[in-house]
Parts: sequence; C-alpha cells; structure tokens
Amino acid sequence: MSISREDIEKVAVLARIKVDDEQVSALEKDLGNILDLVDQLSAADTDSVEPMAHPLDAVQRLRPDVVTEINQREAFQAIAPATEDGLYLVPKVIE
Amino acid sequence: MHNKSVAELSKELESGKISSLELTQQFLDRLKREDGKYNSFITISDEQALAEAESADEMRAAGKATVWTGVPFAHKDIFCTNGVRTSCGSKMLENFVPPYDATVTEKFKAAGAVCLGKTNMDEFAMGSSNESSFFGAVTNPWGLSNGEKRVPGGSSGGSAAAVAARLVPAATGTDTGGSIRQPAALCGITGLKPTYGRVSRYGMIAFASSLDQGGPMARSAEDAALMMNVMAGFDPKDSTCIDRDVPDYTATLNEPLKGLKIGLPKEYFSEQLSPAMEEQVRNAVREYEKLGATVKEVSLPNAKLAIAAYYVIAPAEASANLSRFDGVRYGYRCADPKDLMDMYTRTRAEGFGNEVKRRILVGSYALSAGYFDAYYLKAQKVRRLIQQDFINAFKEVDVLMSPVTPSPAFIQGEKTTDPVSMYLEDVFTIAINLAGIPAMSVPAGFVDGLPVGLQIIGDYFSEARLLNAAHQFQQVTDWHQREPQ
Repeated sequence: MSISREDIEKVAVLARIKVDDEQVSALEKDLGNILDLVDQLSAADTDSVEPMAHPLDAVQRLRPDVVTEINQREAFQAIAPATEDGLYLVPKVIE
Repeated sequence: MHNKSVAELSKELESGKISSLELTQQFLDRLKREDGKYNSFITISDEQALAEAESADEMRAAGKATVWTGVPFAHKDIFCTNGVRTSCGSKMLENFVPPYDATVTEKFKAAGAVCLGKTNMDEFAMGSSNESSFFGAVTNPWGLSNGEKRVPGGSSGGSAAAVAARLVPAATGTDTGGSIRQPAALCGITGLKPTYGRVSRYGMIAFASSLDQGGPMARSAEDAALMMNVMAGFDPKDSTCIDRDVPDYTATLNEPLKGLKIGLPKEYFSEQLSPAMEEQVRNAVREYEKLGATVKEVSLPNAKLAIAAYYVIAPAEASANLSRFDGVRYGYRCADPKDLMDMYTRTRAEGFGNEVKRRILVGSYALSAGYFDAYYLKAQKVRRLIQQDFINAFKEVDVLMSPVTPSPAFIQGEKTTDPVSMYLEDVFTIAINLAGIPAMSVPAGFVDGLPVGLQIIGDYFSEARLLNAAHQFQQVTDWHQREPQ
C-alpha cells in the first residue's frame, strides 16, 4: 500500500512534526514500505475476535479520591525551557 | 573483581574483604578507561555512585545489608533517576534531569545497590542495533578483536555491551519487541523479559505502553534471578501492574529438569534462520534432553503476523506517548519560535531522530480518522490470535525454545538505510511481547566467533521456571562464561 505526499503532509501536521519537502520523498518510500509490511494483517480472519488491549485483560484500577501528591512546582519548573513567576512561558497564543 | 558475578561480589562485600567504596572506585576507574571502545554509557554518575557506596557501607555496618548492598550495576537510560540525567538516547531529553525516581530505580536504591551510570540505547527504545542513539552507536565487544565494528543489538544495546565487556556485572533493560533478548543474544549475556505487568513501568519512559516491560540483563541466570528479586512486584503507581505475590526467584534455580516438556515452534525454525544458527540452537535443546527434558514440535500458526501487528500497535502507542514532548514543560525547545505551532513542529522536528519520527508518523496515520478500524483495531484482534496460539501451546508443553535472532551480530551500518530489514531482526521475539508472556535469552554457542542466543519462552508469570531452566543449562555449559577478547 502506498501513501501519498498529501497524506504525509497531513499526518505531519497531526503529529506536530515539521517535514521539509525533500524529507517527504524519503518518507513516501519508508512509510510506504512499513505500510506494505503492515498490510499482511488484512489477510487474517478476525471476524469473531475481540480486540486485545491488555495481555491479562486487566482493567484500570480506581484509587480513593484523596490528595496524594505534594506541591513540587519549583522542582518541576527548574527543568522547563522557559518560566516566569511560576508560569510556563510559550509564544503568544491570543492576539 | 570485574569478572565476578553479582552473587560473588555480594559475598566479597559480606566477608569484609573489600568495602563498597573501594569496589565502586575500581569499577568506575575501569569503566572510564575501557568504555571509549564501546560507547556503552551515556552518563557515568561517579559522584552519586560514590555517595551510594558510602551509604551502602554504612548500611552494612548497621547490619541492614541485602544481597545487593554495595554491588555496582547500571540502569538503561530510560529509567528516571532523581538528579541524574535521563536522556532516553534522545536530543529531546539531552539535558533532562528527572525530579523523581522510577519505581525500579527506587527499589535498587532501597536494596543498597550502587548505580554507576546510565547505559546507551536506541532513541526512545526504537531500534534493534543501538544505532539510532543521539549519543552515538554502541560497539559490540564481540568481533572487535578482528577489527570489526558490530552492533550490540538494541534497544538495550548499551546495557548488553557493558555487561559483556565486564564493565558492570548487571544492568537493567526494557523490552517492547525484543529489546532485552536480542541484544543479550548478540552480546552473549543472559536477559529476561518478564510477564507484562510483573515489573512496574512507573518512571520508565514510555514507548508502547501495552508492550513495554523492564527486566534484568546479567551474565548468568542466577544474577538475573537476583535482579528479579529486586525489580518484580506490584506498584500502585503503574495502573497496568499486576497485584500478585512475588516468589524468591533464586529458591527454585536448582530444581531438576527431569520431565520438563519443551515445545519447538516450527515457525521459528524457518528459512529465515541460518543453518549454522539452527545447529547451535538444536545442540542446546539436546543438552536439555540430556537433563531429562522431552521435546516435541508445536505450531504457532499466527506468529507470522506478529511483525505486522507490532508495527501498528507500537507506533500508534508511541505517537500518543511521545505527544508529551512539546517544548513546554521539560526537554528540548527550538530557538526563537514565531508562534505556538512553529514551536511544537520545530521542537519535535529538531528534537527527535529519523526512526522516532517515522514511527510517530506511522502511528498518527494508523490512528487518524478513517484508518483506526483498519489498522489499530485489526492489529489488536490479530494480537489476540497470536496470544491464543501461545495459550494452546502451553496446554501441551511447559516451555518453548527457539532462536532469539535469525543471525548473529551484524556490522554497523548494514541495515540502517532500510527500516523494514531492521524490523525483521525481531522476527522471533516480537510475538512474545504481543502475548505479554515472559521469555529469556541464554548464551548457547557461537557462529563465526559471535554469540548465539537460545530463547526460552514461558507461560504467564513463569519467570521462576525460565530462570530455573536457564540456570540448569548454565551448570552443564560454559557459553555464558566466555569473554570477548
């Protein structure tokens, strides 16, 4: 199965990864090969098969609704690219 | 000292012949002297290691020592270590110093073990050769004497190379599609991928959450058992961890193997396997027969679909997991972003390497509107078929045995231009992750002077049995004691 340049450009936006024009050609080939490999799945008869999410079919546990975390804002923000007054700095979002 | 096992080092420390501080200094000196040849470490954390050694000596003086107290080892650079850089082999986390410990890290600390540093790995654990690391490829200690630079396998290639080169007696690894077993096989060491949910994934940087599992990499099954005694167990911080008693994995190592029923999956002795590799694996199985085991052929008819299912499920989960790297809270951020979208897209384009980007794009495609049922849902259904094959096989036999890889360690650069040829490296290991069952790689011979791994696959939570089978094999063979020149 092949994947078009348009598909690659669209999925790159969805994945928030900037892709240059020359990279698109290489990706067309590589992703096309990977999707060819994956296409073997279509031959499998899975009509009455339940999808499997956890090998032991375990489900998410619930915990009591109590506070278990302490405030570590300074430790967490010490490793951030840009902060000010306890806030994370990002480029302007609203004009 | 560098040639001693974990069990032996523990005895030396216990007898008082050497302090942990002295032992740690010796290992650090040797590591710094030797690792230039292998590049198996990303970070050597001498300061923390010496501090941990001092605490270990105090712990011993206070009569609180465990088997691990004062014993040096290393963590794959995917386990978060409070105050020590954790890069996951990526530029994205080149300067990331976690403010917390992974549960596995915490457990080794509590046992008094001394972490010498963080081992090299494929970027975000995506790879089978350790060539996708931002910190450079790792060189396999085997083959170097012929002037050949071979891959150590991946993604836990740094851990495998470091243990094989006797830089550390043991190291942690993680296995999503073969990342403990394949490098263990190519480097001639012993590795175990536990049952999914046996070892906590908290603080282990996520690649594919329904497949990832941490486990031990060591020179013998006995040392791997000692690591499992530390690593295994329920953790309320990991919502997919299983709450189930943990046995003492060393207690059953010496059980006799008489009557053990071994199955050989015929699909794993296919034309992909080189005849020389097959001979070594069959010789190993004959050793088991001498130990009283019986052997029969079994079939895993859906195993051939494992790689296809994996390359939907793993990239899909990776694309979701790696969406957290946005340049806002931690990790890399591109210079001078002109707006928010520019910051996201350039941060991720510059911070991730090519293989990681390929997998994120494949995963995003498989999960995008209109494709979800055809890809992700279909792959999850095939996953159940693959699991059912194993469940059926274990109605007939106790363990399965197979090769770990189709061929021995290949030359660096041989497979980097064709991602799909690299993916096929995991043809015998990947189905095990999809089923969630445990499996080991055990040194079982050589082809052209390069190590061959025997894979021993077990039913859910049968780690003790696998370690027992591997240990008994290691009592009658010496493949695991061979050293690269």
